[in-house]
Amino acid sequence: MSSIYMARNPRVAARGLGGEMMIMSGRDSTLFTLNKTATILWQSADGETPLDEIVSRKICSEFDVDPKEALQDAESLARELASHEILQVSETPILQRHSGAEKSK
Amino acid sequence: MSGLLEEMTAKALSLNIPLNVQLDLTYRCNEKCVHCYLDHNDHGEMTTAEIKHLLDEMADAGVFVLTLSGGEIFLRRDFFEILEHARRLMFCVKLKTNAVLIREREAARLRDLNVESIQISIYSHRPEVHDGITLIPGSLKRSVDAIRFLKSQGLKVIIANVLMIRNMQDYPGVRALAAELGVECTLDPTVTPMMDGNRSVLSLGVDPTALREVFRDSALVGDVDEFCAIPDENGGSALDAMPCSAGHSACYVSPYGDVFPCVQFPLPTGNVRKQRFIDIWRHSDQMNDVRSIRVKDLTTCSSCTHAATCTRCPGLAYMEGNMRGPSSQDCEKSFARTGIPSANMLAKKRAGANLVQIRTAAIPAGAIA
Repeated sequence: MSSIYMARNPRVAARGLGGEMMIMSGRDSTLFTLNKTATILWQSADGETPLDEIVSRKICSEFDVDPKEALQDAESLARELASHEILQVSETPILQRHSGAEKSK
Repeated sequence: MSGLLEEMTAKALSLNIPLNVQLDLTYRCNEKCVHCYLDHNDHGEMTTAEIKHLLDEMADAGVFVLTLSGGEIFLRRDFFEILEHARRLMFCVKLKTNAVLIREREAARLRDLNVESIQISIYSHRPEVHDGITLIPGSLKRSVDAIRFLKSQGLKVIIANVLMIRNMQDYPGVRALAAELGVECTLDPTVTPMMDGNRSVLSLGVDPTALREVFRDSALVGDVDEFCAIPDENGGSALDAMPCSAGHSACYVSPYGDVFPCVQFPLPTGNVRKQRFIDIWRHSDQMNDVRSIRVKDLTTCSSCTHAATCTRCPGLAYMEGNMRGPSSQDCEKSFARTGIPSANMLAKKRAGANLVQIRTAAIPAGAIA
């Protein structure tokens, strides 16, 4: 199966708050909160690890879900976050300007 | 406040997380504003390394919104290095500046670093008034040019207009200038006492009659009847409310590392050069004292008609001598809005009347020939 790569958009502001990510869009300052699954995707979005590997390692191991369905849901979520410019999504690995610096509580 | 932001703030409160911090990078300034509350001499600002370390600690503590202010932030040669570090830590960064040092190149760098907003002080649309307050000829032109550079980069700019006697007539002109530039405009009628307690600058502030007029300008306040409505009887949930966010979800750090509940609340709670930021936030006796106060605990104010609607600033009250007491400047605002004197104003009036009675009674019979 083909997979995609995700990277955190360096234009956003982000902080963990009680297990959720609070993210402000760099485009229009809209505030978002990510639920637990979306937070896992955000924290794993290093631009280098393919989505199927993230789903297999960090979502299927944590939740009782069908791997194929989980990957479809994760890809749909990743593309939605990309539409808000929270994540960058690509068919190839993404070189990040700022790497993994966001802090989480 | 948006619903989601309100929800996040409530969550931060329940988890005791300082969601908003203002960090002043310097008290030095290239303007000499007549009403400024700061001592502009450098008494040992934090170094670049100290500030970066503090930002790391703040990110670990959960700070989300970081306001960088001063003094004039662009006077620090390491300003962009600090800003880059802050954005690498993914803070939502807001700036407060007079913008005199912002040209095309600086505006482009601020855009590249995705600063959320830049608040710029403009006192008047007329150079003779604005420059007469900053005491720097040409400063209005420089600041307005900077706003244009920032806007051309797509950045969000907010004009902050402090209202005083000498620029009282100009706020409609400032608002028109803001509209022409396509930026927001806020109006603040509060002049803050000097940090050393000197209250002489308060004489520059607008008088109650002028304030009353401002509060009845529908272009400013919207529905005048609603804004100036006489408050309902105080009580109920209003008395259990926190006076403001200072020390609850927000705090302030000076260029010397001193931590206070708010920029307008100079109660020392610790210094980040000696203690970790999070330890001051969580364990400082002073911070916890501020945190414990509810409206019902306020002397005088808890029984005031305005208790539920007053903008009482605990920092201004502290500077008047009691952080649980009234802030006379806010009493004046409530009175200007509604025409109803505050409990503090009535108490002062009674005290004045009592003094007259005592003096009269103390004159011995036959003393007046």
